[in-house]
Amino acid sequence: MSPSLLILIPLLPLIGFTINGIGFRHVPKSLVGVIGSAATLGAFIISILAWNSFDGQPQVVKLFDWISIGQLTIPFSFQIDQLSLLMLMVVTGVGSLIHIYSIGYMHHDEGFGKFFAFLNLFLFFMLLLVMGSNYVIMFIGWEGVGLCSYLLIGFWNKVTNYNNAARKAFIMNRIGDLGFLLGIFMIIQHFGSVEYLEVFNKAANGGFGINDTVIVTITALLFVGAMGKSAQIPLYTWLPDAMAGPTPVSALIHAATMVTAGIYMVIRSNVLYSLAPATLGFVGGIGLLTALVAASIGLYQNDIKKVLAYSTVSQLGYMFLALGVGAYTSAMFHVMTHAFFKALLFLGAGSVIHAMSDEQDIRNMGGLRKHLPVTFWTFTIATFAIAGIFPLSGFFSKDEILAHVFEHNKIMWALGIVGAMMTAFYMFRLLFVTFFGDFRGTHEQEHHLHESPATMTIPLMVLAVLSAVGGLMNIPHVLGGGEALGHFMAPLFEGSKQVNPALFEGHLEHSTEYILMGVSVGAAVLAIGFAYSLFISKAVVPAADKDVTGFPKVLQNKYYIDELYDSVFVKPISKLSDILYSFGEFLIDVIVNGSGRLVQFLGGRLRLLQTGETGFYVFAMVIGIVLVLAWNFLLK
Amino acid sequence: MLTLSLILIPLIAGVITLLTKNNSAKQLALVGAAIELVLAVVIYAQFQSTAAQQFSFSYPWIQSAGISFAGGIDGISILLVMLTAFLTPLIVLSTFRQPYKNASTFYALILFMQAALMGVFTATDAFLFYLFFEAALIPIYFLAAVWGGEDRIKVTFKFFVYTIFGSLFMLVALVYLYYQTTSAQGHTSEISAFYKLALDAQKQGWIFWAFFIAFAIKMPVFPFHTWQPDTYTESPTPATMLLAGIMLKMGVYGVIRFVLPIVPLGLQTWGTTAIVLSVIGIVYGSIIAIQQRDMKRLIAYSSFAHVGLMSAGVFSQTLSGVQGALIQMLAHGINVVGLFFIIEIIFSRTKTRNIEQLGGITQRTPHLTVYFMILMLGSVALPLTNGFVGEFLLLRGVYESNIWLGAIAGTTIILGAVYMLRLFQKSMFGAKSAFTEHFADLSFSERAVLVPLVIMVFWMGLYPNSFLKLTEPAVSNLLQMIHY
Repeated sequence: MSPSLLILIPLLPLIGFTINGIGFRHVPKSLVGVIGSAATLGAFIISILAWNSFDGQPQVVKLFDWISIGQLTIPFSFQIDQLSLLMLMVVTGVGSLIHIYSIGYMHHDEGFGKFFAFLNLFLFFMLLLVMGSNYVIMFIGWEGVGLCSYLLIGFWNKVTNYNNAARKAFIMNRIGDLGFLLGIFMIIQHFGSVEYLEVFNKAANGGFGINDTVIVTITALLFVGAMGKSAQIPLYTWLPDAMAGPTPVSALIHAATMVTAGIYMVIRSNVLYSLAPATLGFVGGIGLLTALVAASIGLYQNDIKKVLAYSTVSQLGYMFLALGVGAYTSAMFHVMTHAFFKALLFLGAGSVIHAMSDEQDIRNMGGLRKHLPVTFWTFTIATFAIAGIFPLSGFFSKDEILAHVFEHNKIMWALGIVGAMMTAFYMFRLLFVTFFGDFRGTHEQEHHLHESPATMTIPLMVLAVLSAVGGLMNIPHVLGGGEALGHFMAPLFEGSKQVNPALFEGHLEHSTEYILMGVSVGAAVLAIGFAYSLFISKAVVPAADKDVTGFPKVLQNKYYIDELYDSVFVKPISKLSDILYSFGEFLIDVIVNGSGRLVQFLGGRLRLLQTGETGFYVFAMVIGIVLVLAWNFLLK
Repeated sequence: MLTLSLILIPLIAGVITLLTKNNSAKQLALVGAAIELVLAVVIYAQFQSTAAQQFSFSYPWIQSAGISFAGGIDGISILLVMLTAFLTPLIVLSTFRQPYKNASTFYALILFMQAALMGVFTATDAFLFYLFFEAALIPIYFLAAVWGGEDRIKVTFKFFVYTIFGSLFMLVALVYLYYQTTSAQGHTSEISAFYKLALDAQKQGWIFWAFFIAFAIKMPVFPFHTWQPDTYTESPTPATMLLAGIMLKMGVYGVIRFVLPIVPLGLQTWGTTAIVLSVIGIVYGSIIAIQQRDMKRLIAYSSFAHVGLMSAGVFSQTLSGVQGALIQMLAHGINVVGLFFIIEIIFSRTKTRNIEQLGGITQRTPHLTVYFMILMLGSVALPLTNGFVGEFLLLRGVYESNIWLGAIAGTTIILGAVYMLRLFQKSMFGAKSAFTEHFADLSFSERAVLVPLVIMVFWMGLYPNSFLKLTEPAVSNLLQMIHY
């Protein structure tokens, strides 16, 4: 594909940002949405063209040398290959749907133009992230999407809580970014380049042994970045707070695209990670732990978006679990299916919130299926998909992950099944409490209930179709499929197979695979049945906050992790800041001045007159030295 | 001749301004500074990207002693010359809405300051350098002591004593070095002659400390910084801009010009100590900045932290570190002047600099929010802004010299975000306060200051090679002298 056309992919959203940003309040509202969505759709269409003209070989398009220093050149360039193409399709495809949805959702907001500008800017940075041909360009996108996330979480900036959530997201991401940055420095140190092709080539042929310290350190540092961006333990607490942003933002940035950047990065660096099974073990462990912790918190959340947020954290954990066992393709598969059904869930939640006049507590909802039929049906499809019910998309991707985990470690697999059960439970709890039973909100809300406009429901329907059939991308052999995605992505992992073939061995008997599928679907069905008996048969409504006690209270309060961070990091650092300012500065003053005085005292001992004025001493010394110099220069 | 004009134009413009009436002083000063900028652009356009001194001039001064009035511009000085020429007219313009008493003296002092700074950055004779280094102190001292805040006398006195005290050590070192040189006249004070001296390690150690104290106070580096936050806060904002935007770079410049090439053996022994002190300053300054309420004091501490990173990068003696320091000096000058100006804009409208009393300004003026946001992003080193390139190269330089110090210095990207986002949020977002209720939108002259700054933020961020290419030959040449 011609380079100039490829450049348009990130450039179109940047142009959209510029027009809507500079023209904010001057561009008419009807045009704003069209410009924003057209920019994204344009990028999507060019991405499809790029997909069609892709010949299987990575194509690098260099724009200019960005930073040159000695032997190191960091070009501003893009790389089109299997991985970036897949990400392009997800980012621009789902991105387009969410832009269109936002036209309806944000219609009444006074910051309409600003919203579309930020959304386009986000897309620009996200496209840099996935299209860059080296780690530094990825880092530009990486930090850029963090900025947009900050801007959009705090979109309604009159509200202090929202601003705090935005700030928290940015800072926690920055903690991860430091790891990423140090990883880049180490890559430069050992490979002399940041370009993917060059680094991976050198890594594969550079004689590095398995678990070479350098590679383990690099991959661990890069993973710290992924922990921040993809909300893994211990850097995950920003993501639930990020729900302060408008719901389309939660769908696009905090579910479908930005938060999967960490997974993208690991897949991109698969040669390095395959060389470092030690890091992979750590990645898998963190992923599994995050999947379970977040899912358990999700069991007792009552804010519709919070449930989905913890669900996202948990699903991201599954993706890292997949990466941890070397199942790169499965992780990417789940990135894609998750993008479909989680975006759909968030947009569905947005539709609910829109209809409920900004109510987000599911205890005040109920029976919405009668009022919001499209939202209800699409939401239901997504719920079945995320629960992993055959034959929806989530079944295939989650099953593939769990099968690979089973090959690797049976206990981790069992825990993965436990997580899947919790997922099915909290999702169906959400579905039942929100859409079934009787309406529990105010009369005013009930009167106002309505299905959303077409700009919102059409994206829901498209995503519902994708959530339903997305699994067809990669049907396993055992079910008579061709594993299309696996074949498509295979060239990406040739280096990995070369350096660590053991990681890709392991093959399950067909009979085992059938049993595993049966177990995971059976477990999900069991959890759904339990949710059904509680929330439909017994029509239980989640208790008011004050009535929750014991372990559920711990879960509802998210294991008090926020409070822990607050008392271990935030408060001590503020305290330290106060102490250093009030005492530290004073002390340094005394010491530095004291030693200065001592020098002068020693120097000035011979003086008969001591005025005690530092300034006078200094002044006298200057005069003295000038006189000496003048004597030397002029009279000698 | 062009270089000499860089010193003479602001000097002459300053004298003319001093002699005119108060009410036309600022326009005259602006014209003077603008002519200087045009000259600097001409120099920039003609500058060859080589290691050589260019646009040199040399006049006998104290001929018998081998001291001459000599200057020139090379890759080390070009960006600082550009910075000084670029910022001074903007600093003058930034005062246009604010009446200052005795305006003709006030503006003349700014121009004298510019002349002295140009002298510092172009002098190729050590004693001429020293002369300008001290001369720069005089106008800034009066600007702070006469037009400053309530505590100005006490604070400026401390500032004065500190810097003079430091310079004395440098003078001793320069005199010593001078007597080690040999030339036709006996001795010479050409800086390049100092480079050829090969002193033994112990002597280099002493000279290292003499220079270090002088430049460490100027920058400032921990623990010689306690004069700085008070001085920045109490000085009138144009003086603060001169101090933080340009003057602190004299210290970093001094280290590159003198310490690296003259005492490489001293650096071998003490370089790590210097990096450690600088890195302590980064973390220490950033942590203090987190809880500051006075916006000016907050930026003062942030500036202290930022210059710590530049210093650490220079002492790393790596190409990346020194190149990073040079481009970061330019970037920091632009960002910090922009930020202090925004604080002044807010203060002039609300009469407070306490962030607890502000809030919701964005509801009154989205324009200011955008400029503030861009400068803040530059300051927290977001990629594609000017701050990123410098910080990336600096941190890599420190990392190359010591991985752990690189990691500790790297906390600046986290802590910087902590205090800057807090500053931004508390002033711009949230509910309006009694102070910000009637906040007026930006005036034309205010935009005229902010727009060029913002353009530079992006230019440097998007295409840093246009600056890095100018300095690299001179920097590699300098580093080759060390690593022979």
